[in-house]
Amino acid sequence: MATLAPSLSACPACVAAPAAEALADRRAEKEAGLVLSLPTAHCAVCISDVERALVTMPGVRSARVNLTLKRVSVAASSDVMADTLIARLKSIGYPAHELDPGLLSATETDKRGRDLLMRLGVAGFAMMNIMLLSVAVWSGAEAATRDLFHWISAAIALPTLAFSGQPFFASAWASLRARRLGMDVPISLALILASSISLYETFASGHHAYFDAAVSLCFFLLAGRYLDYRSRAAARSAAEELTALEVPRATKVAGGEEAVVPIAELVVGDFVRVRPGARMPVDGIVIEGASEIDRSLLTGETLPVPAATGTAVSAGEVNLTGPLLLQVTAAGRETSLHRMADLVAVAESAKTRYTSLADRMARAYSPSVHILALAAFSVWLYLTRDVRLSVNIAAAVLIITCPCALALAVPAVVTAASGKLFRKGLLIKDGTALERLAEVDTVVFDKTGTLTLGAPEAAGLGGHPREAKEVAAALAGGSAHPLSRSLSAALSADGIIPATVAAIREVPGFGVEGEWNGQSVRLGRAEWVGAEPAAGTATYLRIGSGRPEAFAFTDRLRPGAEEAVEALKAAGKRVILLSGDTEVPVAQLARELGITEWRSGQRPEEKASRIAALQDDGAKVLMVGDGLNDTAALASAHVSISPASALDAARVASDIVLLGQDLAPLSDAVRIARQTRRRIKENFGLSFAYNLIAVPIALAGLATPLIAALAMSTSSITVSLNALRLK
Amino acid sequence: MEMLALLIPISLFLGGVGLVAFLWTLKNRQYEDPDGDANRILGTDYDDRPKS
Repeated sequence: MATLAPSLSACPACVAAPAAEALADRRAEKEAGLVLSLPTAHCAVCISDVERALVTMPGVRSARVNLTLKRVSVAASSDVMADTLIARLKSIGYPAHELDPGLLSATETDKRGRDLLMRLGVAGFAMMNIMLLSVAVWSGAEAATRDLFHWISAAIALPTLAFSGQPFFASAWASLRARRLGMDVPISLALILASSISLYETFASGHHAYFDAAVSLCFFLLAGRYLDYRSRAAARSAAEELTALEVPRATKVAGGEEAVVPIAELVVGDFVRVRPGARMPVDGIVIEGASEIDRSLLTGETLPVPAATGTAVSAGEVNLTGPLLLQVTAAGRETSLHRMADLVAVAESAKTRYTSLADRMARAYSPSVHILALAAFSVWLYLTRDVRLSVNIAAAVLIITCPCALALAVPAVVTAASGKLFRKGLLIKDGTALERLAEVDTVVFDKTGTLTLGAPEAAGLGGHPREAKEVAAALAGGSAHPLSRSLSAALSADGIIPATVAAIREVPGFGVEGEWNGQSVRLGRAEWVGAEPAAGTATYLRIGSGRPEAFAFTDRLRPGAEEAVEALKAAGKRVILLSGDTEVPVAQLARELGITEWRSGQRPEEKASRIAALQDDGAKVLMVGDGLNDTAALASAHVSISPASALDAARVASDIVLLGQDLAPLSDAVRIARQTRRRIKENFGLSFAYNLIAVPIALAGLATPLIAALAMSTSSITVSLNALRLK
Repeated sequence: MEMLALLIPISLFLGGVGLVAFLWTLKNRQYEDPDGDANRILGTDYDDRPKS
């Protein structure tokens, strides 16, 4: 599979230049429109609902849903904002996110895929026609008729090969120039040798012409390559979509006016307003305002940190309660977020490159095929002194050994497996990820945001007096702080009706206060309420001058976390928990999930070096993590998975992205990966078995075009069917 | 055998028509959303006329 990759990228010639201008025009037009992601769209009703809803909105010219990519592209006049479209879709029950069309344009005009498909189609049609003529020859057409059929076959096959074979020729040429012997060299040699021999035989009115074999070889190989390309493109476009989810904009404040600008336009010294709930777009210093910030994505801490004038904040942190005015200290590539991403790039380049099964196979395969064909030629030349016969036999050997089954063996299985995993909500970003996943024996988890949702949930509500709960519900309802929202949701689920509290006021960075029955009531931080801070996450309520009540929170487990850990342990994997959080919550979670090996307070470097140490001991580590503090660990692990809610740096560093909330598919992924590797090996076995039978026939000079065609089709079809057995 | 003179050009012509049709569908971007196309035939929109 990886052998096929360079051939695609090393083939600038086959990216057709014609129509490029037309495509560029069309792209420009597309970029003027809006692209929304529609994660829940799945059926015909969704398509017509969404399109109808959007088209009836003022200013919208057209809307087209792409169900394969789960996206809708909208052409609208420039005053239509994405937010109004999203609100409209939400009102009819379809959550939508805006995507950055600039980042998506590469998949929109997918030239390389269409180019391969065109060559595949041409080869397919030519193959059908030539087969039709060949059947007549095989069933006994004689003399002039046979020659005529051969001539017609040649007239179809030669232009077809010249066109459809280009990807192979180009990449064979590229690998020869790099002094390597890739899989495409024997392929190109077989194509060229078969067609020139057949042309010569046709001139000499010979009996055997291999035009049908050459063209069907080309067709099957292109099919393998197209499958490979498709699974790659699907993964890439979804990965792009994840990146494009965060439309990089910031609210810049200049001369008392606010304007929304792209982050790229910000410079050091600018002032930026960050609303509660928004992510810091840049590194900066708080100039005005008080709030709390959530650093869990960067450090793994679950407790929010207070921020006031003078606090330094980093890009990627989330502002929780009050609006903040920042002065930019670093923007764009200079931010700590990007510096972390650069660290990851370094870790990645240091990682030893994994050689895929297909690569290893191709390395052994190419030289042996050449040697075999050459040997056949020399032996027959020595025995018979007949150049024409010897060349014919050498060509037959090349055609018969040609890796149809080998070229389909990996892509067919990987396509089937990644389709299966995609339906389960896992996105394979790297072609060799499945093979590496199959080897895993140790699984390392991060805590916050990976095993847990990173969102606090009120715990132990039963221990509070009803009165306190009623007041707390009223106060919590008046704030958008995550703890307040979670508390208020938990209380209303408990059937608590909020008390009537007057003059509710949020004090950013501290809490909420109000008046109840003539007493002042406060809900918020320990020191502000006047309480002893307890261990773990909690918010405090004080009624009048009474004793403060602590409402404790726990981080909720991600759904499926228990099942995933259990299934992994049952499968004999060593499960380890490494967290940046403090000891108490980590120990509690480890106990809850039955993980015996855990460490708390881990810094990013410690996580990475722990994984390196494990791998030095011969372990194959799967890292599952989401935060920036995990990125180095993700990059250095044998294979890595991150949830879609992770920061993009973490997603970029990982090989597989978990699209849903649920962790349960994790164990399925490991199981499917093992199955995939087994199927790939079986496929290699099948193609070897077929070679074992066919090669002696070819070496003995008994191969006819009919035998070649039969062997080629049966082996390709068995290999594809075997791939489909994947469950 | 004389039939060949007629049948071969006909088969080549039909194959050519198929190829041209394939290239046309490719140019019209009809392979970009296979899932959507499979579902769209079930919808009731534009049943009376093609969507312009």
